[in-house]
Amino acid sequence: MKELVKFIPLLPLAGFLVNGLLNKKMPKTMAGLLASSVMAFAFIISFSTFLSIKDQPNASFVVNIYDFINVGSLKIPFSFLIDPLSVLMMMIITGVGFLIHIYSMGYMHDDEGQVRFFAYLNLFVFFMLLLVMGSNYIIMFIGWEGVGLCSYLLIGFWYKNQNYNDAAKKAFIVNRVGDLGFILAIFLIFNQFGSVQFADVIASASKLGTGSVMLTAITLLLFVGATGKSAQLPLFTWLPDAMAGPTPVSALIHAATMVTAGIYMIIRSNILFTLSPTTCAVIAGVGVATALFAATIGLAQNDIKKVLAYSTVSQLGFMFLALGVGSYTGALFHVMTHAFFKALLFLGAGSVIHAVSGEQDIRKMGGLKGKLTITFITFLLGTIAISGIPPFSGFFSKDEILAAAFSYSPILWGLGAVAAFCTAFYMFRLLFLTFFGTFRGTEEQKHHLHESPISMTLPLMVLAVLSVVGGYANIPAVLGGGEYLAKYLAPVLAPTTEYIAAHGHKAHLSHETEYALMGASVVIALIGIILAYVTYVAKKAVPAEDGAELGFLHKLILNKYYVDEIYDAVFVKPLYALSSFGYKFVEVSGIDKLVNLTSDSFVLGSKVSSKLQTGNVGTYLLLMVIGVIAILAYNFSRI
Amino acid sequence: MITLALIFFPLIASILVFLSGNNNAKKVALLGGLVQFVLSLVALSKYQVDPSSLAVNQAWLTSLGVNFTVGIDGIGIVLVLLTSFLIPIIILSTFEREFKNAAAFYALILFMSSALIGVFVSYNLLLFYIFWEAALIPIYFIAGYWGGEDRVKVTFKFFLYTIIGSLFMLVGIIYVYLQARSFDYTTLSALELTCSQQGWLFWAFFIAFAIKMPIFPFHTWQPNTYTTAPAAGTMLLSGIMLKMGIFGVIRWLVPISKAAFLCNGDIVIVFAVIGIVYGAVLAIKQDDIKRLVAFSSISHVGLIAAGLFAANELSLQGSVIQMFAHGVNVVGIFFIVDLIERRTGTRSIKELGGIINQAPLLSVFFVIIMLGSVALPLTNGFVGEFLLLNGLFQYHAGLAAVAGLSIILGAVYMLKMYQNVMLGESNEVTSNFAPLTLSEIIVLTVISATVIIMGVYPKYFLDLSQADIHSLVSSHCSSASCIK
Repeated sequence: MKELVKFIPLLPLAGFLVNGLLNKKMPKTMAGLLASSVMAFAFIISFSTFLSIKDQPNASFVVNIYDFINVGSLKIPFSFLIDPLSVLMMMIITGVGFLIHIYSMGYMHDDEGQVRFFAYLNLFVFFMLLLVMGSNYIIMFIGWEGVGLCSYLLIGFWYKNQNYNDAAKKAFIVNRVGDLGFILAIFLIFNQFGSVQFADVIASASKLGTGSVMLTAITLLLFVGATGKSAQLPLFTWLPDAMAGPTPVSALIHAATMVTAGIYMIIRSNILFTLSPTTCAVIAGVGVATALFAATIGLAQNDIKKVLAYSTVSQLGFMFLALGVGSYTGALFHVMTHAFFKALLFLGAGSVIHAVSGEQDIRKMGGLKGKLTITFITFLLGTIAISGIPPFSGFFSKDEILAAAFSYSPILWGLGAVAAFCTAFYMFRLLFLTFFGTFRGTEEQKHHLHESPISMTLPLMVLAVLSVVGGYANIPAVLGGGEYLAKYLAPVLAPTTEYIAAHGHKAHLSHETEYALMGASVVIALIGIILAYVTYVAKKAVPAEDGAELGFLHKLILNKYYVDEIYDAVFVKPLYALSSFGYKFVEVSGIDKLVNLTSDSFVLGSKVSSKLQTGNVGTYLLLMVIGVIAILAYNFSRI
Repeated sequence: MITLALIFFPLIASILVFLSGNNNAKKVALLGGLVQFVLSLVALSKYQVDPSSLAVNQAWLTSLGVNFTVGIDGIGIVLVLLTSFLIPIIILSTFEREFKNAAAFYALILFMSSALIGVFVSYNLLLFYIFWEAALIPIYFIAGYWGGEDRVKVTFKFFLYTIIGSLFMLVGIIYVYLQARSFDYTTLSALELTCSQQGWLFWAFFIAFAIKMPIFPFHTWQPNTYTTAPAAGTMLLSGIMLKMGIFGVIRWLVPISKAAFLCNGDIVIVFAVIGIVYGAVLAIKQDDIKRLVAFSSISHVGLIAAGLFAANELSLQGSVIQMFAHGVNVVGIFFIVDLIERRTGTRSIKELGGIINQAPLLSVFFVIIMLGSVALPLTNGFVGEFLLLNGLFQYHAGLAAVAGLSIILGAVYMLKMYQNVMLGESNEVTSNFAPLTLSEIIVLTVISATVIIMGVYPKYFLDLSQADIHSLVSSHCSSASCIK
């Protein structure tokens, strides 16, 4: 097994190189086939690795590839850590990734840039695998920035459109703000622990003690990195814009995998965070605020992909809430179920967009359930899953998070429940407006309505099954479940578990409370669904046209709280102004003027002194007399 | 012997090029550059077996007791390789252009190569100074004769500025000689000076080196000179020549001024860090892409300088590898700027756009070199930037955080430039953009491959200078004293 593991990232890398180097010479159909088959093999190896390490407490191992950087005491091997956490992530990445590759073969069928598309997609998977497989923070950082690059390339895939290019640039730059935090955290880690290997850092973290300033600084900086990649407040603004990329990209990168990197990073460093209660409180706060903030924006969006984008931001907020309250398993559980149902929803949206000739405005859709049966049924299953209705997967993962939040603070539970209510509402609003009622698009679009080809519907069906049953991975004990995921992850979370066992402050909820919380969250979700049904099916309401008069609140959330406008005014414009000002006034008429003045003063000085040499004997005599008088006067004054 | 060959072969080649006439000059020059590169590889292989085999110590100016002492250590080998690697690339990069008096142009490039190698291998301060000044002559003519608008005025200012800096150094050199009665590296390294002597010497040498790099606020000659000089001249200046200043600090400033070097580190680093942010911010709104890259270079060099004066093992190792990486990347970018200007007649971001539609291959190279420049992991720029920032962080965390802003700002100006020049729909200026020629593809392939190979397997390059940096740090930078 150990020998095969390195092929998991190498396969997609090879796919990238072949497609990328051959490019124009590569037959278009072959490109997708090649890209998908390397994914299939990578998944098979990941899955067999999973089989070989599950049920074994000490099955994790490190695979060394080569020495990356060795300078003084800084030793960074290029090596992979294979343990339950990385293997689970590898399976999600290669598994969901494989399905999305298959789907893309249908979705991108007519695009002339197909070969380039699959090359980028494979490259993304390569970097994403480095991110989760790296055995130290540097390899993780390589993957971290690498996926950012691929995200940039894929958001701006249709490069003729400068709006898309703007979105790509924004994603890269905003992510780099987070990356600065991440790299500073790595410097602190190296200075503190003398190593960047996870094993070394985790082993000596507890020596620093709970709430140490150093650990708080490290974890806060790591979290800054996470807010960039995982689109949390205040760095979330790039993600909705990232929807400019082709829909399979939104599903793979901007829903299922890359955006969960921040959560992965925190779980990987779990003991550092457990030891920093301040950071945890910040994370819980930011997480729940993001969940709520993005969910309210989602209520009023009319672009099918924008709704899903804000939904993703919101769901990621839930995951951070889980991390903040110490439920690492809950966070990862939600990463997994979210990967299933959000990939499904995005791919479903892609199928819809495909059917209505590129239209993305849900006000111009409607009544599609008759024509797009498979898309509709699978989309419905995904919607139920994300809304948190049992026994679908989203119910279990969300419930675990909310229960953990409740034991941390009932207020967090309350805020989370409001976000969950919004989720159920906007998702069913989306479903009803898209698939129910009558078609509101043009006659021509209506004429072309068709179900997508099997390459697209098959992944939908597989993901739909996973969205339904995925929750069985970690059914809570109170419902008679086996909590497999928790047991599986136990070795990774052992430092945290031991710490809590030693300090014994984990409050356990009574069974009654757990039942009550579950009941409450189901009721809340149902109210959201019913409200959406009444509004958009029974009353047949359609959101107002652009430019219509709206109430203040409606306008505020439709315009996403004007966050983009605020950032533009506070950061972008001043930076540009500073750049122009600096050039005109500091550089050209400041420093350079001074330099020129210095040389001018020499010229001037030489002119003045050359005037003294006039050749006129009278002037010389006069100056001599003045000089003699001055000397005499000076001498006399001293007596 | 090979060390002498590295210095004198390009000089001979230069004369041959001059004699070969305007029509053949570029081919002969390229051949000369390639032979020089092979020579440097021979030197590399000898270096790896036994570095001391590269040392030469010949009696020279006997009346002054000056020997012709040259040798190559781990830092020198990186710069020798950089020089002999970039010279043929720079020569090849001019193949699509026709120059007036081509024989003189190419002869000057090879002459410059000789002087640059001389700077990097000298172990005698007087010899170093002679090569240092000799390198200025060819670039003065290249920029002043073959440059663009305002070339005479701009080049004269550049010349005057650097020569004034050099004069300070000359005064310092004479002073050191009077103290030690020797120009020899080993003697000077062992020289014990008082604190005030060290202090004055530090600033005398520093000004010369700071102007050459340049460090903020001694940089104002740089954007104009880079913009005005012909592309090959800009590549020589930014790719290799500025490294003379950085190298000078490591080779001479550290051992001569010892304690003053350490205690003046703070102030220099502050200015270097200001330069990092300043250069990056000013690059953002530049419309002339050549000037934009010039400002970005101020930012990059600022980081190298900061790492130099932070003087720990990580930061010094970072600055050495970054000298190589920056040299390769900046030559790549200036080459792309030149080939765009040659085809469209403009360097204005506003007028360009959509070149990717006509030249998709160019956009691939552009992206790779750009990623190197913004220090994406697995490119050459990352290794240096990571080590530099990490070393600077050990020196002072706050300054490293400010310097780290370049991670964000670098992406801002580079992506903005790439987007506005390459992406979007083509316009009337770019719609007839001719595909890349063979010589252009070769240049860009070599550079892009270097960007990736150094980024994926940096250990080979780091190991070259590891031992010497380690001993430099342990002998001079960790503790130094002066006579009170």
